[in-house]
Amino acid sequence: MLKKEDKIFKNLYGEDDWSLPGALKRGIWNNTKDLISMGSENIIEEIKKSDLRGRGGAGFPAGLKWSFMPKDSGKPHYLIVNADESEPGTCKDREILRNDPHLLLEGCLIAGFAMHAHTCYIYIRGEYYNESSNLQKAIDEAYKSNLIGKNACGTNWDFDIFLHRGAGAYICGEETALLESLEGKKGQPRLKPPFPAGSGLYGCPSTVTNVETIAVAPTILRRGANWFSSLGNPKNTGTKIFSISGHVNNPCNVEEEMGIPLKKLIETHAGGVIGGWDNLLAVIPGGASVPLIPKSICDTVKMDFDSLKEVQSGLGTAAVIVMNKSTDIVEAIARLSHFYKHESCGQCTPCREGTGWMYRMMNKMIKGNIENNDIDKLLDVTKQIEGHTICALGDAAAWPIQGLMRHFRSEVERRINENISKREVA
Amino acid sequence: MKHPGFINSIKDNEKDMFEWSETNFLKVKKIIEKYPSGRKQSAVIPLLDLAQRQNKGWLNKKALEKVAETLSMSFIRVLEVATFYSMFNLKPIGKNYIQICRTTPCWLRGSDKLLNIAKEVTGCSLGETSKDKKFTVVEVECLGACCNAPMVQINDDYFEDLNEDNFKKLLINLKNEKEITKGSQIGRLSSNPERKN
Amino acid sequence: MPKITINNKVIDFQDGMTVMQACELADVEIPRFCYHDKLSIAGNCRMCLVEMEKSPKPIASCAMPAADGMNIKTNTELVKKARQGVMEFLLINHPLDCPICDQGGECDLQDQALHYGFDKSRYEENKRAVKNKYMGPLVSTIMTRCIHCTRCVRFSTEIAGVDDIGLLGRGENAEITTYLEKTIESELSGNVIDLCPVGALTNKPYAFQSRPWELKKTESVDVFDGMGASIRIDSKGKNVLRVLPRLNEEINEEWINDKTRFAIDGLSRQRLDKPYIKINNKLEATSWDSALKLVASEIKKRGAENTSAFSGKFSDIESLYSAKNFLNLLNSEFYDCRFDNTQFVAGHRSSYLFNSSIQKIDEADAILIIGSNPKWEAAVLNSRIRKAYLNNNCEIALIGPKINLTYKYTHLSNDISYLNNILNEKSDFLEHLKNAKNPLMLIGSSAINYNDGIEILKICAEICNKFNIVNESENGFNILNQNISRVGALDIGFYSKNFDRDFNGSLTQHIKNTNPVVFLLGLDEINLSSLKDSFIIYIGHHGDEGANVADIILPSPAFPEKTSTFVNIEGRVLQTTKCFNPIGESKEEWKIFRALSQEFSEQLKFNNLKELRQEIVKKFPHLNQLNTLPDKSEVNFAKSHIIDNNEIEYNIKNFYMTDSISRASVNMANCTKEILNRVA
Repeated sequence: MLKKEDKIFKNLYGEDDWSLPGALKRGIWNNTKDLISMGSENIIEEIKKSDLRGRGGAGFPAGLKWSFMPKDSGKPHYLIVNADESEPGTCKDREILRNDPHLLLEGCLIAGFAMHAHTCYIYIRGEYYNESSNLQKAIDEAYKSNLIGKNACGTNWDFDIFLHRGAGAYICGEETALLESLEGKKGQPRLKPPFPAGSGLYGCPSTVTNVETIAVAPTILRRGANWFSSLGNPKNTGTKIFSISGHVNNPCNVEEEMGIPLKKLIETHAGGVIGGWDNLLAVIPGGASVPLIPKSICDTVKMDFDSLKEVQSGLGTAAVIVMNKSTDIVEAIARLSHFYKHESCGQCTPCREGTGWMYRMMNKMIKGNIENNDIDKLLDVTKQIEGHTICALGDAAAWPIQGLMRHFRSEVERRINENISKREVA
Repeated sequence: MKHPGFINSIKDNEKDMFEWSETNFLKVKKIIEKYPSGRKQSAVIPLLDLAQRQNKGWLNKKALEKVAETLSMSFIRVLEVATFYSMFNLKPIGKNYIQICRTTPCWLRGSDKLLNIAKEVTGCSLGETSKDKKFTVVEVECLGACCNAPMVQINDDYFEDLNEDNFKKLLINLKNEKEITKGSQIGRLSSNPERKN
Repeated sequence: MPKITINNKVIDFQDGMTVMQACELADVEIPRFCYHDKLSIAGNCRMCLVEMEKSPKPIASCAMPAADGMNIKTNTELVKKARQGVMEFLLINHPLDCPICDQGGECDLQDQALHYGFDKSRYEENKRAVKNKYMGPLVSTIMTRCIHCTRCVRFSTEIAGVDDIGLLGRGENAEITTYLEKTIESELSGNVIDLCPVGALTNKPYAFQSRPWELKKTESVDVFDGMGASIRIDSKGKNVLRVLPRLNEEINEEWINDKTRFAIDGLSRQRLDKPYIKINNKLEATSWDSALKLVASEIKKRGAENTSAFSGKFSDIESLYSAKNFLNLLNSEFYDCRFDNTQFVAGHRSSYLFNSSIQKIDEADAILIIGSNPKWEAAVLNSRIRKAYLNNNCEIALIGPKINLTYKYTHLSNDISYLNNILNEKSDFLEHLKNAKNPLMLIGSSAINYNDGIEILKICAEICNKFNIVNESENGFNILNQNISRVGALDIGFYSKNFDRDFNGSLTQHIKNTNPVVFLLGLDEINLSSLKDSFIIYIGHHGDEGANVADIILPSPAFPEKTSTFVNIEGRVLQTTKCFNPIGESKEEWKIFRALSQEFSEQLKFNNLKELRQEIVKKFPHLNQLNTLPDKSEVNFAKSHIIDNNEIEYNIKNFYMTDSISRASVNMANCTKEILNRVA
């Protein structure tokens, strides 16, 4: 279990004061100037050394991503914080935004400085209205205390942070769709290349980063990369906030060490599976976009990027959706298919046309109201979407279905056969 | 009935009016200042939101066109934005805009039952506004509060850790215009696993 | 040069090319729907996926920049499967109503389905139905067929410069529409029909008229403005059913304006198909023989040496040359083409040409427009100005009343005398002209169609010389003539000093003095009451105003019915192609004058079109150079003046109805009603 002193998020549940006085007590904004004085390259080097991987789902090495920002482009640089938390199962950033906003703001200054950015936009999902008002208050406090703004923290670095609320579109969590949205357009992902570090917001060098990734940066610098990388497993280091939802006794967000066994995570923090571990059916371990894993895998799997990849799933956002044996597993996934159909931006063909098709087939499968070879047809459709779209939403829509068929094909077949025999009787 | 946030067209009703209120006019200026000069289109979502708040939760043609004018955008570009994002309503909604999360984490914990309660108490089916204009009930996709599932959003606030009983009470209180408490309905602090009761 | 490997073949490519363009260099065809050369890259249809070494996923070749050492494969199983998958997705919600679809036979989706489609559908769900949208009198929509390529959206915002079309909603509910289903307010709107790769946007007037394979396709040249756009005329029997643009990078790229495309219904209305003689104030059909005899006797009666001829908007070189020579045989020089009083400087070809070339507009970074509404006078040319505005941040200024253009401009003045300020360096816009690398001046007819026109031209030339718009290598002095006939007419000297500076005044005087026989060569756009005491021969194809006042009507073919030589605004010689034989008994003008000359002591010498053309190019050798730009000409008529005040008034009041054909067009009448006369 993660030791209390190793927790980065000391006010995850808002037991303490979230505003500036509370934040200062927790050590936030304590020696920010010293951290900045390390200089841009050293900051990025330290983040690289910590092996911090992005917390938004893809798990890309954070330090490497920051280092893609050009040194002197002659254009404004932008740091954009992705607080458009919308991946089903995921609600970790929400707790940071409302309960420890200064942790994020301090991270913004440090990361922004490291990327030569004077401006940061925090793009928060529109539905997080109360969260955004806490965050805005925190921003106002930080300006007032000269922690950000002109000569932020006395570092001679000018740094502005602006809050930008979205308006209900999952796709805006995709970095280039977010940029489009921030520019006042529909949130339709851009073609890459060019990548944001070269041409992002307003055509300027930009980095889009998840809330949690930014929020852990100051602590990594304070306690050192070695401390962070000593937690977890190689290349899967540090602490991580896990969102545990679904059929557990105590659904919760909890910060734990990367690589904690799934079973231990659920039993220690979430009060166990409803009906006991043996009543477990399957878990979606990383938010809606990753394939589910059945109980047999859950028994032993560790919660980190590489371990979950090995079992053909992923850590994603570390949102653990637990389903016990009372679950209609087909409907659980069909609901996700509905989600992707609903959230497809409509720009590119495979996703626009395919997500609706998949959902309609999945919906029929709930009742087994299809033919046996339709399973292969459905899988074929997922393959026709996967890898053929502009952004990863197509993949994300395909994977849950592939995961379902990988592990629960026999259940689907059972329903079909049952349905066929019912039809024959009638 | 269609979700008011998913309509692709607007009606041209001559009776609909919209002008920025004095306070909002000042806010508009502040919002635009957040973005670099020449980039005021960036303010389209915040301004549509502001206009919607001023106009009782929905955007009429005049409001859309006012936002377009304010930002020197063409009408079609603003309409594209207004129809793309689910939070912009293009038809009137009730005083309490009840959005029930239907996605898997909430569904696993009984969101379907909440839907039935909502229909029962408000008398609305999905997408509808009650006759007394007090309620509009819609289903929405994941609202990002999965560790407090099932949950609903009513106007700006989240109501979490719901079950049939506490949700029914909540709606009845709303109906009777009694005070309600936002957040967890079982007294949990955020998504803390520990419960007070 | 960087190298790229495509299907194991190594080829050189130029930096800045995309993988798709490199594939085309290697003669490898890549299927596509959303990609279009002239539009920004959307990359949304996903049909152009190819395999790239080291990439786990296939890439969209339209959007991927080609890079040195790249290894691309387009013929692998993976690519084939990817494209088949995309095709299936495009088809599942497509109605497959090809038998009743006007796009049938020339549909990208249909064609590519042949290569990548299956013969059976696996889709067992209900197909999506999308409500049709109203887009105006020209564009018909069947939105269920739409494949969301957004070409129309990109065209309207990027090329046409009207933010009218958009993609609303998202996901499978996304739909293309105009704002509140209003009419597309662009003179270029018809191009979205060509751009639409399926039958979602189709030609409304052409609906259910024909199948493409039933049409005779004739490559020709547009005559509705001075540009001479390259077009294809599709005809069936003696009906022109539609007009499409042909690619011509130097003139019209891939666009034509809506008049060119849709005024053609006017070709079959109000046609003059027989010779007519006015008897007792009523026109009565007659034979060619008696009509020509009467013309000849009137000429002799009224004094051959006073015989006059005035050309119209569609007069080709062949007509002009034969008319002029006929009059010369009669010892008359009373002919002119300047019915709109647009002036030029005699002896200086550059004083009536668009000297810089149309294509050069693409490079312009400052443009001074004087007395012109380019959007109405040459709509496709105007899209080039927009291109310069978008790509080069071109600074544009206008002298003339404020108008709605498709780019931002600085309004300098309504009055032409503002030129004095520019010459004397009292204008803020001068900074832009001085700092520009490729400045242009664009002078419209409306600036030079009055007594001082020649002085205006001279002071404009002075400005061009002074501020480097004209220099040793570049000539940015541009006249935007409004009709296809004008430059050729001036080239062959179809004008007379008698009508300089004040066409209408001198015409009135001339008629009053001599009561001559007057030939109107399809000319309707003058003050016809000034011809009161003359004997009017109208040679033309439409029963418009000129024919109404004529004493004799001699029918001549309209543009699709003959081959004609024109010179466009740039001085480029162009030739139209005949699609079908003239309607009724109409005869080419040159034949008429040749036949008439038989009645006189001296005759025109040519006996057929070939001989006529030989004679023309012998006299005017430059007319032998088809399709090429003339050599750069000098602007050496500059003179400094003080220009008197004169408020500019644009001479075109309605883009859609500018000539006898478009005035007879129902389509153009509908546009006038819906777009111009719309109650705002």
